[in-house]
Amino acid sequence: MAPNADLISADLGAYLKLHEEKDLLRFIACGSVDDGKSTLIGRLLYESKALFEDQLSALETESKKFGTQGENLDFALLVDGLSAEREQGITIDVAYRFFSTDRRKFIVADTPGHEQYTRNMATGASTADLAILLIDARRGVLPQTRRHSLIVSMLGVKRVALAVNKMDLVDWSQARFEEIRREYEAFAADLGFTEIQAIPVSALRGDNIMIPSLATPWHDGPTLLGYLESVPVDSGLQALPFRMAVQRVARPNLDFRGFCGRIASGVVRPGDRVRAMPSGVESRVREIVVYRDSRPDAVAGESVTLTLEDEIDVSRGDVLCAVERPAEAADRFLTRLLWMAPEPLQPGRDYLLKIGTRTVTATIGAPRYKIDVNTQARLAAEKLELNEIGVCEALLDRAIAFERYDGSREMGGFILIDRLTNATIAMGLIDEPLNRPGVQPGQRVDRAARAGLKGQRPAALWITGPSAERGSELAQALERGLLARGRHSMSLAEEDLRGSGEEGFRAAVEALKLMADAGLIVVAALPSPRKAERLLARDRMAEGEFVEIFLEGLETGAGYEAPEAPEIRLEAAETSPDQAAARVLAFLEARRIIP
Amino acid sequence: MRKLTHLQRLEAESIHIFREVVAECENPVMLYSIGKDSAVLLHLALKAFWPGPPPFPLLHVDTGWKFREMIAFRDRMARELNLNLLVHMNPEGLAQGVGPFTHGSAVHTDVMKTQALKQALDAGGFDAAFGGARRDEEKSRAKERVFSFRSARHQWDPKNQRPELWSLYNARKARGESIRVFPLSNWTELDIWQYIHLEEIPIVPLYFAAKRPVVERDGALIMVDDERMPLRPGEEPELRSVRFRTLGCYPLTGAVESTATTLPEILQEMLLSTSSERQGRVIDRDSIGSMERKKQEGYF
Repeated sequence: MAPNADLISADLGAYLKLHEEKDLLRFIACGSVDDGKSTLIGRLLYESKALFEDQLSALETESKKFGTQGENLDFALLVDGLSAEREQGITIDVAYRFFSTDRRKFIVADTPGHEQYTRNMATGASTADLAILLIDARRGVLPQTRRHSLIVSMLGVKRVALAVNKMDLVDWSQARFEEIRREYEAFAADLGFTEIQAIPVSALRGDNIMIPSLATPWHDGPTLLGYLESVPVDSGLQALPFRMAVQRVARPNLDFRGFCGRIASGVVRPGDRVRAMPSGVESRVREIVVYRDSRPDAVAGESVTLTLEDEIDVSRGDVLCAVERPAEAADRFLTRLLWMAPEPLQPGRDYLLKIGTRTVTATIGAPRYKIDVNTQARLAAEKLELNEIGVCEALLDRAIAFERYDGSREMGGFILIDRLTNATIAMGLIDEPLNRPGVQPGQRVDRAARAGLKGQRPAALWITGPSAERGSELAQALERGLLARGRHSMSLAEEDLRGSGEEGFRAAVEALKLMADAGLIVVAALPSPRKAERLLARDRMAEGEFVEIFLEGLETGAGYEAPEAPEIRLEAAETSPDQAAARVLAFLEARRIIP
Repeated sequence: MRKLTHLQRLEAESIHIFREVVAECENPVMLYSIGKDSAVLLHLALKAFWPGPPPFPLLHVDTGWKFREMIAFRDRMARELNLNLLVHMNPEGLAQGVGPFTHGSAVHTDVMKTQALKQALDAGGFDAAFGGARRDEEKSRAKERVFSFRSARHQWDPKNQRPELWSLYNARKARGESIRVFPLSNWTELDIWQYIHLEEIPIVPLYFAAKRPVVERDGALIMVDDERMPLRPGEEPELRSVRFRTLGCYPLTGAVESTATTLPEILQEMLLSTSSERQGRVIDRDSIGSMERKKQEGYF
């Protein structure tokens, strides 16, 4: 770990080779200033000799002037004082810092710890292989420790270094350390971490950062840097099936057609059969081109250009997959969203969704629930605000190839983009596809399955009121609104009545029920002046599927019985058909009949 | 199972960035400043689009005060690699004779670099410009995104940066807005040198030590590259063995004394000099100077 001056002088070739063979570990450091995070990062930079002389001499001067550590170097000054941005009050952002040892290069995402900066922490965690969670030994596991843990686990970080800091202030008590470790491990049991390495440290004094501390003879684990240097960086991606999102098609001349991309998972070799998803066309890899070389293989993480044996239709956004285990394709998903914009999520609105190299239009439904980042409790929610995490359905305008996020960050993570401002307003993780539920042997295909395929629930929108003309205008406006949202509707009007009187009416109600069984949203504008008629229709539908819409305020003709408790009341005189339709659509969203 | 080295991962990331910009932007350009970072950037661009040429022009903003060897190297690279190279010099600055000796470094840099860059980007209608800046160069850079947005007036709003998750870059922008893209964001100076060594990337000879005429001025070794440099009383150019760690306008660029004439020797000097720096004995004037210069450039 010490600068290898002898080797540099004696055998430069060997030394350079050593440095060229280093691998790369990206990690995120979580904790607040109070926990000593800045001190810890400053200490890591210092111990790994990543500081230049000018920085160090400035630090010595500043430590004497402003330091809180007497004659010692105050590392917090180093990190806190690095950027003029901090003075301007934008400490909210992720900063990336770099250091390396003889074994590894490290990229640290230095993220703020407060709740209002949850999105910044998620940004840092999205590329991290590991998280350092910092705990003040005196204060133990705090709500913020839980919040940080939840966020890094949600983003797919599998390894945690639990740095129990300020051990010098608890007299290096092994009992205290073990207590914190047990408490944390109990809390984190459900978070899906594969490894939690607890390390007692003093970032300020350097104990167990690089050199094992004499104060902790009871600690038989690694030092923090020792752990960072030795933890496997292999993410297991090479063992997964081959996936590569096509970034662009290179056609520099008539003889060459190459598909450029970075391999998301697996290994590819010339001769491998590949299938482009979602289209499903297949071919065989002819050549792997990397600059002037033709390569015998390429692995996850590499940027390559592939040529194929056949002239198949593949373009940007398609995903080339191993033919024996291709990616699934779907257009409807259950997702976890972290909202990143000041303007809240508007359920039902269209956003752009970018995943891999494909951008599609997505309608995001109202949250099924949101997750309290401190307690993990599920809370009811109608929208998502800045920094809130919620579970929502996403309905895409076309099918995409994907993986669940817990299996592949590259293929399961997406961003939402505002169509007007172009801002990145949310990050999302695919939990599962929804549009093709697995068909069980012997399963009965029912109305829910049929409606599910259409991304809706069956419903009867029964328009009633004394004016048939206004009712029929509203019916048309409603169907236009449903069509605009990609929903499947059917209308039932007076001219559809077969037969007269009660017999004809009953026949129409049966048709209504059949159409609902087909999964449709039926807009009915039938003459039904009597309560009993409407009750007849209501009884044929399931609970919550019958929506009685009363256009009131018009002159009531003889024999019209106004409903007492319609689902929706509209003041006909004050409402245009389109305004009225908008209100009904909002009601349908709230009822989860449409997303 | 094949393990990727840190340089292989950095390279793959940079190539991915180049390709995303070309796929999503209408009219990109690459800023080419002739230095070692630009050399790596160009090499990565060649790799990203092989066997075709990079599908964008290179733009060099010439201040008129670059080292002569830089210009010669630039023209040789353009010729040998058959590059589409645009060179722009601020015509107003040129007409007024703006230079570092007559107008001072701040005015010179603003007129001949920053203003000139804006002129060239506007004239070309470029909506994306690749640059070779690295996050380890300067602390303010540590927080800048890979895709860094500029308003129609080329202004950066550091408080309103888009989150960058995974390797998903949002390149959408309104008409008139543009993006500065930094494919080398996660590279360090050592990575750059190692990569140049490993890939045998050609660089300007000024990076290697040679006997050059220099004067010591304000604590820096300034090379007397042409007759436009006015000598102060007592200043006598002397031949010393020096090299440059960064390159820019010759009157503003300090040399370091060195005998390193090969890449391994440069790497050796770097690795050893940082270790002596770490021991806290010698103040490395060049690293301070270069950092200030980078700030002055105000390029990005």
